[in-house]
Amino acid sequence: MTATFYVAGAIALVATFMVVTRTNAVHALLYLIVSLLSVAIIFYQLGAPFVAALEVIIYAGAIMVVFIFVVMMFNLGPASVQQERALLAPAMWVGPGVLAILLAGELVYTLALSPHVEAGFAVITPKQVGQKLFDGYFIGLELASLLLLAGLVGALHLARPRPVANLEGSS
Amino acid sequence: MPVSMDTVLALAGLLFVIGLLGVLVRRNVIFILMSIEIMLNAAGLAFVAAGARWHQADGQVMFLFILAMAAAEVSVGLALVLRLYRQWSTLDADIASTLRG
Repeated sequence: MTATFYVAGAIALVATFMVVTRTNAVHALLYLIVSLLSVAIIFYQLGAPFVAALEVIIYAGAIMVVFIFVVMMFNLGPASVQQERALLAPAMWVGPGVLAILLAGELVYTLALSPHVEAGFAVITPKQVGQKLFDGYFIGLELASLLLLAGLVGALHLARPRPVANLEGSS
Repeated sequence: MPVSMDTVLALAGLLFVIGLLGVLVRRNVIFILMSIEIMLNAAGLAFVAAGARWHQADGQVMFLFILAMAAAEVSVGLALVLRLYRQWSTLDADIASTLRG
């Protein structure tokens, strides 16, 4: 059972290293998603199922989708058709695909043995996390929501198109 | 060999160092943002492992805060990247290294 931790850790390290060394941004994003998924499996084995689910849903889901949207916005036009064709080539998805299949096997294996936690660690249920969050960290929770609102307003302001004259000269 | 706290912390440290290398080496803004995500995730891994080791929920609460912060940072960062690309038609971080004083 401890072997699954080491396999997931090795996949995380390999995928993360591939993220940093790729030249194509979409390749790097695929490897980054695999890395986040393997960290989610590690979370599950450390007795944090709630955080593992959040890692998959928010990190590997929402945040990475935003990244992919932005990367796709950079190559519009006739060249993007060629780009799409290149994206469907096997060399594009074989590496992340093999790592993701290994992770899926680990997931099935872990769920078959569930519930299991590594020795020395304890399962902390979502109920405990929620009670702690709304009890001891209430101010932090409010500040986090304010931070998200500030991020929303900031992104809206930065992405708003401005007149060209305003962009060019301010001196 | 059972999984010890040291092993998890070593994994988190290695992931953090890889992300730091990405920030320092790469000059593409998208890759710099991705490396920052890797570093935040590694820090979250250390928090969750510590919380699980001492049987406290605080580690997972801290991970929730890191998650919210990462989401806000990505939205603002990618908006900045869009502005950079619209203004200079490049994603090179060095192109925007001079201030307009």
